[in-house]
Amino acid sequence: MVIALTPVDLVTAVALMLTSAGLSLFLSLGFHKGMVWASIRMVVQLLLVGSLLRLVFRQDSAALTVLIFLAMLTAAAHEVGARQPRRLQGGWRHLINGAAVSMSTIFVSAFALVTVLGADNWLEPAHAIPIGGIILGTAMNSASIALNALLSNIGNERDAIEAQLALGGSRFSALSPLMRRAVNAGIIPVMNQMVGAGIITMPGIMSGQILAGQDPLNAATYQVFLMLLLAASGTASAIFAVYFTVFRLSDERHRLRLDRLEDERRPKG
Amino acid sequence: MTKPSLKGSFPPTSTVDAMEFELAAHSCLVLTGPSGVGKTTLLRKIADLDPHDGVISLGPIKQGDLPAPEWRRRVMYVASNSGWWAGRVRDHFSVDDNTLVLIDAFAVGRDKLDASPSHLSTGERQRMALVRALSLQPDFLLLDEPTSALDHETALKVKAVLADRKRSGCGLLVVTHDSAQAERLSDGMLRMRAR
Repeated sequence: MVIALTPVDLVTAVALMLTSAGLSLFLSLGFHKGMVWASIRMVVQLLLVGSLLRLVFRQDSAALTVLIFLAMLTAAAHEVGARQPRRLQGGWRHLINGAAVSMSTIFVSAFALVTVLGADNWLEPAHAIPIGGIILGTAMNSASIALNALLSNIGNERDAIEAQLALGGSRFSALSPLMRRAVNAGIIPVMNQMVGAGIITMPGIMSGQILAGQDPLNAATYQVFLMLLLAASGTASAIFAVYFTVFRLSDERHRLRLDRLEDERRPKG
Repeated sequence: MTKPSLKGSFPPTSTVDAMEFELAAHSCLVLTGPSGVGKTTLLRKIADLDPHDGVISLGPIKQGDLPAPEWRRRVMYVASNSGWWAGRVRDHFSVDDNTLVLIDAFAVGRDKLDASPSHLSTGERQRMALVRALSLQPDFLLLDEPTSALDHETALKVKAVLADRKRSGCGLLVVTHDSAQAERLSDGMLRMRAR
């Protein structure tokens, strides 16, 4: 049985949120404005997305699906770069982040859609957009966390890296400990998601499907399939992002090129 | 067969005059110049750690002709801040009779081999970094303030080892503020002039 929510149900939920905000006001905790604003944003965003998707699903056009997908990829590539402690100069950041999330997402999404939906109608928006979106979200998270680990440590470890280069090490041997740590940091979220699945958290897709009336075991199977794909996309995107960035932060003469980061101060001699 | 010498020439930049040098095997040049003129940067360029538009060669071989790691094994830069990447000091070079002799000659305790580099004093790290570089037997050593963190007596011990290396064929290019050290080791001065 699927329970469709009525406006009355939603108003009840709003009342609950207002109670929390009221508590903040009453106890001078100071977050009531922020909470009300966040709730309004959330409502507007989700209703907009819901209406947009309804429109897109009615059109059922592969071209439109691809267009929406490209917009999502662009936004994700931007978000990966937006939260880094230091950034690559020029267009490289966008190029590398875009390539990392796109390559992993497109490959894994195509795999998912072709297996689940069959080759004929794999761009059917009702499946393609949510599945692509989940995969993209994971790719974005992993690339972002991996690059954060790489870029916040590479400056501190400059002496150690250059000592290895000066002793005749190649750029990849000198940077490999850092790269390993960065990629590992990037896949922590997908690892946590997998080990915690069902014990600590009920995964979103599974809960959603159960709420929408699916048999729990079917829902679990669906979740298993998706989680394995998410692990693949998170891993691929963390690896791509870290390797591409390290390529750009070193050169063919095996030099460390931190001058290609923004805000880098050169050492004085 | 005579050992090749290390030659370099650099065009003038907005802050430094043009300069040229030739460093023969068995010899030592001391690099001097006002602070901030780019002595460290010059050593880094000679080791190919910084991009540059100078011409550097080792005998007939131009810097760009050799893969960079191979160039750096022959023309080795030792930074003033030594960098360490592994858990224990001994993980950074092969500990054999030769390196143990060096460690004793530098008056660092052998027990420091099993310590984490971060637990060594700056002076101990500086000497261990020299051991690490010397253990690879480069043709030329580019030393940036090799004794800056050492007391007079220890610095003398390091100089004795460097003089020994020089006799056995290693060429040295040294940045130092210790004029006594310069006097004892050097066969010439290489001056960098600000424009």
